Amino acid sequence: MDALILARLQFAFTVGFHFLFPAMTLGTSLVILFSETMYLVKKEEAYRKITDFLARILGLIFVVGTATGITMEFSFGMNWSGYSRVVGDIFGPLLAAEAVIAFFLESVFIGVLIFGRNKVSPKVYWLSALLVFTGGHLSAFWILAANSWMQTPAGYEIFATGKIVLSNFSQALLNSSTVIRFFHTVMASWMTCAIMIAGIAGYYVRKRLHGETAKMMLKIGIILFAVTPLIQLSLGHLHAIQVIETQPEKAAVMEGLFETTKGAPLYLAGYVDEQNEKTYGIYIPRMLSILYNFNLNSEIKGLREFPKDNWPPVNLVFQVYHVMVGVGMLAIFMGLLGLFLLVKNKLFEAKKYLFILPYLIPLPHIAHETGWISAEVGRQPWIIYKLMKTADAASVVVSANQLVFSLIMFFLIYSLLFVMFVYLFVKIVKNGPEE
Amino acid sequence: MENIQNFQLLWFFLIAFLFLGYALLDGFDLGVGMLLPFVGKSKKEKDILINSIGPVWDGNEVWLVTGAGALFAAFPHAYATALSGFYPAMLLVLFALIFRAVSMEFRANDEKRAWLWEKVLLAGSGLATLLFGVALGNVIYGVPLNYKMEFAGSVLTLMRPVPLLFGIVALAAVLMQGASYAVLKTEDDLQLRCREALYIILWVNVATAAVYFVVMALIFPALLSNALFYVAVLLSMLGLAEILFSLRNENDKALFWKSSLFFWGLWIAATAAHFPNIIKGIDAPHLSITIYNGSTTLYTLQVMSIIALIGMPIVIAYTIFVYRIFKGKAQARHY
Repeated sequence: MDALILARLQFAFTVGFHFLFPAMTLGTSLVILFSETMYLVKKEEAYRKITDFLARILGLIFVVGTATGITMEFSFGMNWSGYSRVVGDIFGPLLAAEAVIAFFLESVFIGVLIFGRNKVSPKVYWLSALLVFTGGHLSAFWILAANSWMQTPAGYEIFATGKIVLSNFSQALLNSSTVIRFFHTVMASWMTCAIMIAGIAGYYVRKRLHGETAKMMLKIGIILFAVTPLIQLSLGHLHAIQVIETQPEKAAVMEGLFETTKGAPLYLAGYVDEQNEKTYGIYIPRMLSILYNFNLNSEIKGLREFPKDNWPPVNLVFQVYHVMVGVGMLAIFMGLLGLFLLVKNKLFEAKKYLFILPYLIPLPHIAHETGWISAEVGRQPWIIYKLMKTADAASVVVSANQLVFSLIMFFLIYSLLFVMFVYLFVKIVKNGPEE
Repeated sequence: MENIQNFQLLWFFLIAFLFLGYALLDGFDLGVGMLLPFVGKSKKEKDILINSIGPVWDGNEVWLVTGAGALFAAFPHAYATALSGFYPAMLLVLFALIFRAVSMEFRANDEKRAWLWEKVLLAGSGLATLLFGVALGNVIYGVPLNYKMEFAGSVLTLMRPVPLLFGIVALAAVLMQGASYAVLKTEDDLQLRCREALYIILWVNVATAAVYFVVMALIFPALLSNALFYVAVLLSMLGLAEILFSLRNENDKALFWKSSLFFWGLWIAATAAHFPNIIKGIDAPHLSITIYNGSTTLYTLQVMSIIALIGMPIVIAYTIFVYRIFKGKAQARHY
């Protein structure tokens, strides 16, 4: 295999693995902030126990996230030095600003959250929870701004040498996909945590463990589980409209639309025959156009409008995109079912529902990973949309042999991390909050 | 041109400052990680040592993340050349840092294999320190570069004697950071053992620093007419002498600052020899990546300066605030 494919595989694997962890930290920091605020106001012990329990889980998640995150910061130089030389002017400041403005804040105060319960006053502890929450979300903002710039670049000029330089920082930062991508990704993280907490607490309640603390946790989890997928539906909708407008070929690939169509259909599931340029499956006629601008006949651009050399892999993107949407729909259903049971006062006795809950924990991870694959693979063959091809971005001095070695090593080490993480996560959950 | 040169200069020193911050702060984490099996006898003592760095190592590591990010933003060519050129070494640095980070958390939750995670912590901390020193030694001593600013050497290039010497100097200095920090955070028998370790490490540093300054003067004769070099040597000697003095007087609180002063001296000598290079081209100085030919544009440097000059003082302020929360002797339990 050639070095480019190996470098891409390595980046996809390492960032895909890393993404699992920040996706859990953001939502967890939200629930910690909530329970700590409630503890400060109501002084109920159950809230303190929830915070302390989640802080222990957060410690484990955060450490694996940080450890695998450094790989990402090094990877642009190690594997994508061609890219780094060309875009250091824009991409570098976004990464550096993330560290100064956000990552420091999160990393310094997470020490207080995990080690400082008995060292600081309740107010300072609450402040630390707030700052970890703020730092984590700001961090996501800067990283997603950098990613968005690769999707919808803005605020730049191109020198005769081919170097891309910054001309307007705020335009580059707030390019046309930054804000919606930020909210969409944050909501994915909140969903991930909602289902994680509902799953853990559901297990406790079904086994009659940890009494009121578990019931309180389940309530928080289920309410978040009911609300976040619904908000995500509207955010995903807005994100899709943005993609149709700013990256029409990616939108066409996600929907499997080859011919520019007035009144385009929406596929629920299906298969794309890339050779014959045909999409098969179950679809709702005209639905894509309706969703786009509430007009039965609005025109959606098909893939044939664009040079075939610049098409991403169609079926792959189509499939992962539909998996994401499908998981989202399932999450909406399960979340609302939980809320219904809660409102009817039947949740704590609903054995079957509580039995299923823990098995839903991996579900949002599948959704955010497939969503991310559809966004990134859907941008191919570009590393920066319409400015730079992925093929021109790789390090010239790193050989295929070196990449085979590093890819195998990453695979082995990350597998070990994954096994240890799951083992210790389950162990912390089994130990549970303090009685 | 006048204008951009001021910013290039500023960023050279800001990045040197960020990496010095990393060396001093994560330096003591790495040092404690290496010393753990040698000075900690019981599980309780090892818990105390880990808990002495537990609340702060995360924040300390961000100095590295920020330094690397700043290098990317200010001098992308240096960032690209060093990380892709030193690929095998950088890979090992990553693996070492990953294992260093997770080993402490895994040890706390996986009591059955605590012995294993302690060994992993030792290996990760030691390897990361050695390789940081070797990498720094390579960019300062110089590596073969081609006219496209790409690294033109091999793995063997990275392991030449001078860069290896930098690695050993780094190991000794980081061990001293760790030992002096451990003396500050421990009590009784454990503290006594940390003090004994520090005493041995002190003499190792006397030897490595002497070799380091002599080698630097031989490789960079210009240093002999540079006042900064003499300041660096004096600061280092002062740091070492004061550690000896403080050890005799059992003045535990001063030790860490003296060790940092020593490290700072090493750093000043390296910076003085290196300026204005970021990666020196060996045999062909005109191919060197310098702050002048490797930087981003004026506008990017200006934007970055605003972020750094407002952001970093705030970071330093809340970092001090959190260190004050955890001041005093470390305990065996933290939950």
